[in-house]
Amino acid sequence: MKQRRLIAAGAMFAAGAMALTACSSDSDSGSDGGSADSNASITLYSTKPENPLIPGNTNEVGGGNILDAVFRGLVDYDPDTAAPEMSMAESIESSDNKTWDVKLKADQTFQDGTPVDADSFINAWNWTAYGPNAALNNYFFASFDGYEAMNPADPDEDGPKKAPTPKVKELSGLKKVSDTEFTVKLASAQSFFPTMVGYTAFYPLPQAFFDDPEAYGKKPIANGPFQVTAGDGDSGFTLTAWSGYKGEDKPKIKEAIYKTYTSDSAGYSDVLAGNLDFMNQVPAAALVDNQYQTDRPDHFVNKAVGVIQTATLPQYSKNFKDDPNVGKALSLAIDRDTITKSVFNGGRTPATGWVSPIVDGYKAGACGEFCTYDPAKAKEYLAKSNFKGPFSFSYNSDGQGNKEAAEAICNSIKNALDVECNAKSYVDFATLRADVNASKMDNMFRSGWQMDYPHIQNFLEPLYATGAGSNDGHWSNKNFDALIKKANAAEGEESYADYQAAEALLSEDMAVIPLWYQAQQSVWSERLGNVKVTPKSTLDLTSVTATS
Amino acid sequence: MGRYVVRRLLMMIPVLLGTTFLIYTMAWAIPGDPFASRCGQRPCSDAFVAAETERLHLDKPLPVQYAYFLGNMAKGDFGTTSNGQTVLEATEKAFPITVKLTVVAITFELVLGIGIGILAALRRGGYLDGFFLFTSLVAISFPSFVIGFVLQYLLGVKLGLFSVTVGSGAPWGDLILPGFVLASLSLAYVLRLTRASLLETLQADHVRTAIAKGLPRGMVLRKHVVRNSLIPVLTYIGADVGALLGGAIVTEGVFNIQGIGGLLYHAMRIRENATVVSVTTLVVLIILLVNLLVDLLYARLDPRIRYE
Repeated sequence: MKQRRLIAAGAMFAAGAMALTACSSDSDSGSDGGSADSNASITLYSTKPENPLIPGNTNEVGGGNILDAVFRGLVDYDPDTAAPEMSMAESIESSDNKTWDVKLKADQTFQDGTPVDADSFINAWNWTAYGPNAALNNYFFASFDGYEAMNPADPDEDGPKKAPTPKVKELSGLKKVSDTEFTVKLASAQSFFPTMVGYTAFYPLPQAFFDDPEAYGKKPIANGPFQVTAGDGDSGFTLTAWSGYKGEDKPKIKEAIYKTYTSDSAGYSDVLAGNLDFMNQVPAAALVDNQYQTDRPDHFVNKAVGVIQTATLPQYSKNFKDDPNVGKALSLAIDRDTITKSVFNGGRTPATGWVSPIVDGYKAGACGEFCTYDPAKAKEYLAKSNFKGPFSFSYNSDGQGNKEAAEAICNSIKNALDVECNAKSYVDFATLRADVNASKMDNMFRSGWQMDYPHIQNFLEPLYATGAGSNDGHWSNKNFDALIKKANAAEGEESYADYQAAEALLSEDMAVIPLWYQAQQSVWSERLGNVKVTPKSTLDLTSVTATS
Repeated sequence: MGRYVVRRLLMMIPVLLGTTFLIYTMAWAIPGDPFASRCGQRPCSDAFVAAETERLHLDKPLPVQYAYFLGNMAKGDFGTTSNGQTVLEATEKAFPITVKLTVVAITFELVLGIGIGILAALRRGGYLDGFFLFTSLVAISFPSFVIGFVLQYLLGVKLGLFSVTVGSGAPWGDLILPGFVLASLSLAYVLRLTRASLLETLQADHVRTAIAKGLPRGMVLRKHVVRNSLIPVLTYIGADVGALLGGAIVTEGVFNIQGIGGLLYHAMRIRENATVVSVTTLVVLIILLVNLLVDLLYARLDPRIRYE
């Protein structure tokens, strides 16, 4: 998915924030006095949602955080281990990992009193999967039986003719058994299905949505521990604990107010002044010398998240086609340790593979020797390669730290290999993506991935399988595809072994160079207690406590 | 005067057409795929692109698109933002906040700028004059976000005298600090302009005559000096009102004010060209009206100026 939760904003404010945070060490009075108040109201940092608040149509943090707070899907992720736990579902079972039987807990309702039943899932999923609805999360249903029929291809690819209107409006793979049971048939076996359905795109929808989608998108009626009671995207949303929630994770606070900010430095100033209770990511300026830790002693967390940054070598370009040596040379020439320390102030950790360490099945060192800085070996590989530069590294300059990182990468390559390397700036994310999507790149470019659901598969198949939606470099390997397919059909340790074997194949070609894993640095006020940050990078609203 | 106003209003039509066409062309001429930022690290689905293309008439040539845009605008339809609000709704929410901020900023400019300007001119060469000339130079040379961050940190976070950011609905009290920061640059110019203009008028023949006639000094100042000196200052402030109403992206960002500047910034960042064009069109309209108002005010200040 997008760098969406990376947020490409606010670089213009960074310089000022630096001046601001440089002298603020005694702003914390450090008392956790008072007992938790179940009527407490807390405030959280938020950005403006880019889309209406509809699960199938929300793919960025501003809207996603609100939806994740008010909705509960079939499963929910454990805030500590990221393991899926049954939430709306009683059980999700399959004998062949292809046809799944979903049983729902009885007597669950939406906040308007209508039941959460099989239909509310089936209808919601059908709506998102139906092409003409143009839902942004449409592709999550690509693995369902009957998806093609609902999303016919454009007959002449961007030509004058439009894709025909699909004849069917329902996924043939979804079958209702009873009010509390339905079956899902997938096009191929996917053992990670129960993990996947915790993602935002898979939340159920009440009838109220279909009656008036526009009104619903402004104030969604959900089924989780909180409900949207007031507000809008411009100033923020107020969520109130919903008394009708039957799950075990009942909120311990009364109200959570998501305040919309246009710059993260303004939010951080509010935290320092005690006007904001939780900020999920401090501004880059506060990372310098771990300033945020001195600003908020004992009230911060530095936690690995499911985000990895990579450099992609376009395999469709003649410079890199069928030449593993050049990728190895470049990867060996990047001094990840120094760059993560000097540019990111330790906010990133050097990557040793293509999968984030936070998911099950992660195995360190998949990249092998190629992710360790070694100029001598790098030169050997460059000597064997056909393309010897000049190299360039394209990046979008609207993201914080992108420019510095790009220049550091190029300098490292320049010094190690004695070749030319230029950091090539794109004015923003959209401009870079336009060229990448149109396969116009002929040199290295910045790429990154934020996981959708905590599973090793999500770091491999969508990115490196032949023809996959986010396979920017057009890398293709039959063995990789076969191993992924085999792993998808297997379970547990057995499947992890195959995923790892597939990941190891990436190191043979080095068509995508792992750079670093991302961590999140959150801060909060003295009022909050029992703070947990979820695998979706947000505050776990049901476990947090607050004093009044 | 009535005919003059009508003529000016009619003149706005070609100006508005010209500027909107330029803005429209420029917004859509920005290289890159207008949808690419919406779908993240993957190409947008064909269905999404098709739906958006149809909604925005992107398959038609530019002049035709522009005609659609004008037609909708004439009907009062300024389009819809990506999160489902109409542009008019979004502007209706943001604009009053920007107006409030502008009022605060202009009040600072008028009261402090003109007041200190007069004081400095009367004490020409004194300590006070020197002090304000120096501080105004500082205000001019610092970018407003630096002043914003420093004041926010010192007065807001450290001393707690002012609220650090502006709450929803933008209460007046919250706007004092951002208003001052926003005004700081113009304040310095207004101060210097008033001072220079006043000094010039003080040397004028009619002032000498008035004093020679034995008029009280206060009356001479009020009726003959200050009033005559304010025309260039008013021109400057008039232009500034227009600029401030167009939104202050930096100051709004520092103090988290949900005004026009923030609305435009967000729309530009996610490439929501339709919103950018509509909001700027509204802003252009506002600036034109404010300019007309300022021109009419000249006649009130200086009886020699007449409009027909």
